[in-house]
Amino acid sequence: MTNTPIGHFVGRAAPLMIDHIDTDQIIPSREIKSVGRSGLSDGLFAGWRYLNPENRTLNPQFVLNKDGFSEADVLIAGRNFGCGSSREHAVWSLKEFGIRAIVAMSFGEIFFDNCVRNGVLPIMLDSLAVTEIADRAARDPRNDITIDLPSQHVAMGDTVSRFEISAYAKRLLQEGLDPIDLTLKDLDKIDAYERKDRAERPWIYGAIV
Amino acid sequence: MTQATTLFDKLWQMHRIADAGDGADLLALDRVFLHERTGGVALKSLAECGRSVRSPERVWAIMDHIVSFKDGRGRDESRSPGGEQFILETRERALAAGIGLIDTDDPHQGIVHVVTPELGLALPGMTVVCPDSHTCSLGALGALAWGIGSSQAEHAMATSALRQQKPGQMRVSVNGAFSPGVAAKDLALHLIAAHGAAGGQRCAIEFAGETVTNMDIEERLTLCNLAVEFSAFTGLIAPDDVTFRYVHGRRYAPKADQWERAHQHWQGLKTDGGAVFDHEIEIQAEDVSPTVTWGTSPEEACPLDQHVPVDANPRALAYMGLQPGQRLFGLPIEGVFIGSCTNGRLSDLRAAADVLRDRKVADGMRAVCVPGSRLVRAQAEAEGLDVVFKQAGFQWGAPGCAMCFYAGGETFGRGARVVSSTNRNFEGRQGPGVRTHLASPATAAASAVAGRITSARSIVGGPGR
Repeated sequence: MTNTPIGHFVGRAAPLMIDHIDTDQIIPSREIKSVGRSGLSDGLFAGWRYLNPENRTLNPQFVLNKDGFSEADVLIAGRNFGCGSSREHAVWSLKEFGIRAIVAMSFGEIFFDNCVRNGVLPIMLDSLAVTEIADRAARDPRNDITIDLPSQHVAMGDTVSRFEISAYAKRLLQEGLDPIDLTLKDLDKIDAYERKDRAERPWIYGAIV
Repeated sequence: MTQATTLFDKLWQMHRIADAGDGADLLALDRVFLHERTGGVALKSLAECGRSVRSPERVWAIMDHIVSFKDGRGRDESRSPGGEQFILETRERALAAGIGLIDTDDPHQGIVHVVTPELGLALPGMTVVCPDSHTCSLGALGALAWGIGSSQAEHAMATSALRQQKPGQMRVSVNGAFSPGVAAKDLALHLIAAHGAAGGQRCAIEFAGETVTNMDIEERLTLCNLAVEFSAFTGLIAPDDVTFRYVHGRRYAPKADQWERAHQHWQGLKTDGGAVFDHEIEIQAEDVSPTVTWGTSPEEACPLDQHVPVDANPRALAYMGLQPGQRLFGLPIEGVFIGSCTNGRLSDLRAAADVLRDRKVADGMRAVCVPGSRLVRAQAEAEGLDVVFKQAGFQWGAPGCAMCFYAGGETFGRGARVVSSTNRNFEGRQGPGVRTHLASPATAAASAVAGRITSARSIVGGPGR
């Protein structure tokens, strides 16, 4: 499945400066209601976004419910964002809500990979830079954030930071590629590996009985 | 002279198909396991992209996440609103794809990470992936096992391989003997509390030392299960005679001459003397006490006879309804859950039953025990443990992930304080507003009896139990 390529964009940032925001917070299990990748944005942060998740009464204190921030396309967070459950619904719900990039001090590993596979850009910056960006965003939701993937820069006001990302992840995001297609090009290598391995570890390849 | 290598290096090298560029390798996958929460999505998406499962004989779907835990549940009965659709879709797609299926009514059904070691579907030396973060549990067998996303599961099914960046390596060495009433769960919480919930980030962690080699496989599964709560890529333990005895004769384990070959192969799966790790942590087992979490991250834990830190995170305390410096021991509770991929195995149920025998849970306590698999449940019933649990006032449930996470069905109620043998004390994890304290099965059982957070030591009466 291919994604919309990411290059340079200017957007709005919402600060959610809590450490260890786990995927159960991003989308509680009860909000996963259909077998698919869509229909999930309504359940995004349901435990925080709604005073009562059952009748969807909005919590006016939650950042994504505040004027200006509800339009955010970049989320700013603390350490270990997306830790916990591997549920990809977390990324699907963020994406459906309109989030295109997440700036955090660090990420849960599975979540990071899920982002890249779904065309959402995970940006890791040091705590000082993240805090500065979050402060600027908090001061005024109309402050623009500029993200440039080709040059690997995030800018907000005069806070400009370079971020690191692997060349592979960058390519997937910039070109909107499907990593399965890339691996399928190596099928001959996979076949060759298995021919050799089958002789060495035949017990791996038994039939279902 | 060849360079000394680690168990992890050996497993990695053995499965390395090719250099995938940019510092990553293409790794061969021996097994892909699915469950109904994301298995149906992955199989559906794969089919819609016109792709097929490359090696269906090495892929298994097992129903566990949202099946009802009500005793005598219906075939498609879920504890999640609309959940039967996930069960139906996964079943239908699994049958169409020709992969293995352990359905809701199969006598082997249960939690993926309980069932796959039990049946010999996960074996030493294998690479195993599953769209579930607790897949790292299977490292207890000496497998290289890690949790992935749903798209990665599609990738794994379509190609029998995944591109992977080699993580750093950490060794956690544990030596000495546990005090009475201390279990693998306490060790894991102790480790995470000491080094933080991100302490193992981007690392494969080998658990080693005499305390670990003295553990049975079920304790090792508990320890490796919690590696992900330490943010590790995975946890693993070198397979040894304990492992080989455990695996031998399992339903899908190699037989006869295949067993001989596999057994010989597995004996080489260990870290060489002199191999170097990026990080080393040493723990003395005597320093580990019965441990309980007080906050909303597994790192927010301490020995249960201690107090909430005075500088504790206010957000966590507000959610948990606690004050800085508050004593944990004796805190009144409303519920107890024993089960999950962390602590839902036979030895966990035995440890809890030892505390519960001839006792009753406190008045008003909602106490639930859900065995991790149908085999665990059958074995427990053969030993009469179900009677112990029921007479004590526990509900005895049908296997699955059950109350480890809230999927819209039963919960303990907003504000309820619960001691749980599970793995995550996140806000709302067990239901909106539920205050989860993670602990071992023995601590959970003792707390159910006392109606307060307490240790098995204090309830059973002195050391020795």
